[in-house]
Amino acid sequence: MLTVDQVEKSYGGAGRLSRRGKKVLQNISFVVEEDEVLGIIGESGSGKSTLGRLLLGIEKPDKGTLHFDDRDIAARAGRRRISAVFQDYTSSIHPYYTVEKALAEPLKLYGWKDGDIGLRIDFLLRQVGLDSSYRSKYPHELSGGEAQRVCIARAISTEPKCIVLDEAVSSLDASVQFQVLELLKELKASYGISYIFITHDIQAAVYLCDRLMFIRSGQIEEIVSARQLTEVRSEYAAAMLDMALRLAGQGEASSAGGEQRKERIW
Amino acid sequence: MTIHRKMWSDKLTAISLTVIAMVAFLGICAPWFAPHSPEQVHMELRYASPSWQYLLGNDHLGRCVLSRLIYGIRPSVLWVLAALLVSLSFGGILGILAGYFRGKTDQMIMRVCDIMLSFPGYVMSLAVVGILGPGIQNILIAFVIMKWAWFARVIRTSVMQFAEADYVRFAKAIGVGNAVIIWKHILPVALPDIAVISSSAFGTMILQISGLSFLGLGIQAPHAEWGMMLNEARGVMFSRPELMLAPGLAIVIVVSAVNFCSDALQAALDPKLQKNTRKPLRGQGLFPAKPKGEEVA
Ligand SMILES: Nc1ncnc2c1ncn2[C@@H]1O[C@H](COP(=O)(O)OP(=O)(O)OP(=O)(O)O)[C@@H](O)[C@H]1O
Ligand SMILES: [Mg+2]
Repeated sequence: MLTVDQVEKSYGGAGRLSRRGKKVLQNISFVVEEDEVLGIIGESGSGKSTLGRLLLGIEKPDKGTLHFDDRDIAARAGRRRISAVFQDYTSSIHPYYTVEKALAEPLKLYGWKDGDIGLRIDFLLRQVGLDSSYRSKYPHELSGGEAQRVCIARAISTEPKCIVLDEAVSSLDASVQFQVLELLKELKASYGISYIFITHDIQAAVYLCDRLMFIRSGQIEEIVSARQLTEVRSEYAAAMLDMALRLAGQGEASSAGGEQRKERIW
Repeated sequence: MTIHRKMWSDKLTAISLTVIAMVAFLGICAPWFAPHSPEQVHMELRYASPSWQYLLGNDHLGRCVLSRLIYGIRPSVLWVLAALLVSLSFGGILGILAGYFRGKTDQMIMRVCDIMLSFPGYVMSLAVVGILGPGIQNILIAFVIMKWAWFARVIRTSVMQFAEADYVRFAKAIGVGNAVIIWKHILPVALPDIAVISSSAFGTMILQISGLSFLGLGIQAPHAEWGMMLNEARGVMFSRPELMLAPGLAIVIVVSAVNFCSDALQAALDPKLQKNTRKPLRGQGLFPAKPKGEEVA
């Protein structure tokens, strides 16, 4: 369904002498099937967000192609069925828009009629566990979890087949993180959306994803099924998994909220 | 529409807007409102105190201070405002393009700005006046040439910050066009910054015009201008302070009114800064609306 072929991307070049043509992504190829959740894991600066922006068509690759249902993502029509949720909930919604207006924007763009939009917004808010009283709120009046729910509602509003989630839960605290992950699971179950879950939190990725893709300084290290993590071959992926395991172990020992986390780790 | 209404609902803002409108009106219709000719010399009335005929008294050449004040609105406020708008729109458009599109567009615009900004402002205006000759219109041309780069630079920085925001990314991702994004998602949010820098630039420009007029490069002698009136009154600062007070107060009032309006614009645009006319927010500040039993520790 989503096909990424030999993608390469570099930044700089135009004038900034110090980092002339710095390669941020190279030789990226992978496929995401319908109804699948692919986790993209890598350390800070490895190019995860850049890959996310390419998948969303916000930026163009220097080389290679990205196709969604055989349509080029570079063309607007190609990304009609792709949506996004970002990390920074404080800046994910237009600061001068109410929740209602923010949710209406993509619907209008996709040609929904004014009469239907109102009903649709109520429905969407209910889907993400918020009631209609949130319609008139401004983003600064929402908590992080609420804002992220609104962003999820906005992302599913246009009935996408795929959502790119770039660190969508990373800035939420653990229990809210868990709730949002649950919500994502539910939505996937009822709509059959596929997710591309970009994160550096391996626990969250393992909880949600079918496959994990490890990237390191712009290159794919390994793609592995989340059910067979013991089969990782690359040292990098093994080291990252090991680190996550140890952190989780310590977390359980020291924090009172450990029980909840224990379920989340494999 | 609503922004308009919000601004008028605040008393201070309403007063400021009225002051600005009145000053502009007085300036445009100066010949009808000024009681005397601003340039007519009455040597017998030198430094005369206020009288019914000359409400604010007379200056060192016996000219009517009130009339000079009213005529002075034209160069001091109206022309400065016009120059400000021209350089602001020019610099603003370039700044928005640079900040939004980044890359090569940005590089090119910013290099030109760097060159413009590397000349000290006064030297630049002196150069322009040296080439074009003294006079208000040449000073204004010098201002436009000098200031646009500064506006472009500041607005670029502000726009850049919003262009990277996730709500703009989302809009791009779902295919909202660049023009719509700039117009609806970036311009309104950057507007308070733009208003603040323009209102401070306005104050500086009034003072700079008077400085240049003092050097004999701006307004030419008999014509009235607030900064020049200040300078003319300096000699009698202690014996006749009111001669300085009149133009001084006029400058302070207009500049403050403009500053208040720019603050008010921000308050009217930004829901975060709005006074709570709506129902109190849940769990905010001192009044948590519904304490939820089990959550309160
Ligand atoms: N617009 C840009 N211009 C220049 N360099 C960029 C740009 N965006 C990203 N980079 C560079 O690309 C590299 C990858 O950045 P990216 O944001 O994709 O990393 P990431 O994996 O998402 O990191 P994090 O986990 O911290 O979010 C970094 O070295 C960064 O400096
Ligand atoms: Mg990132």
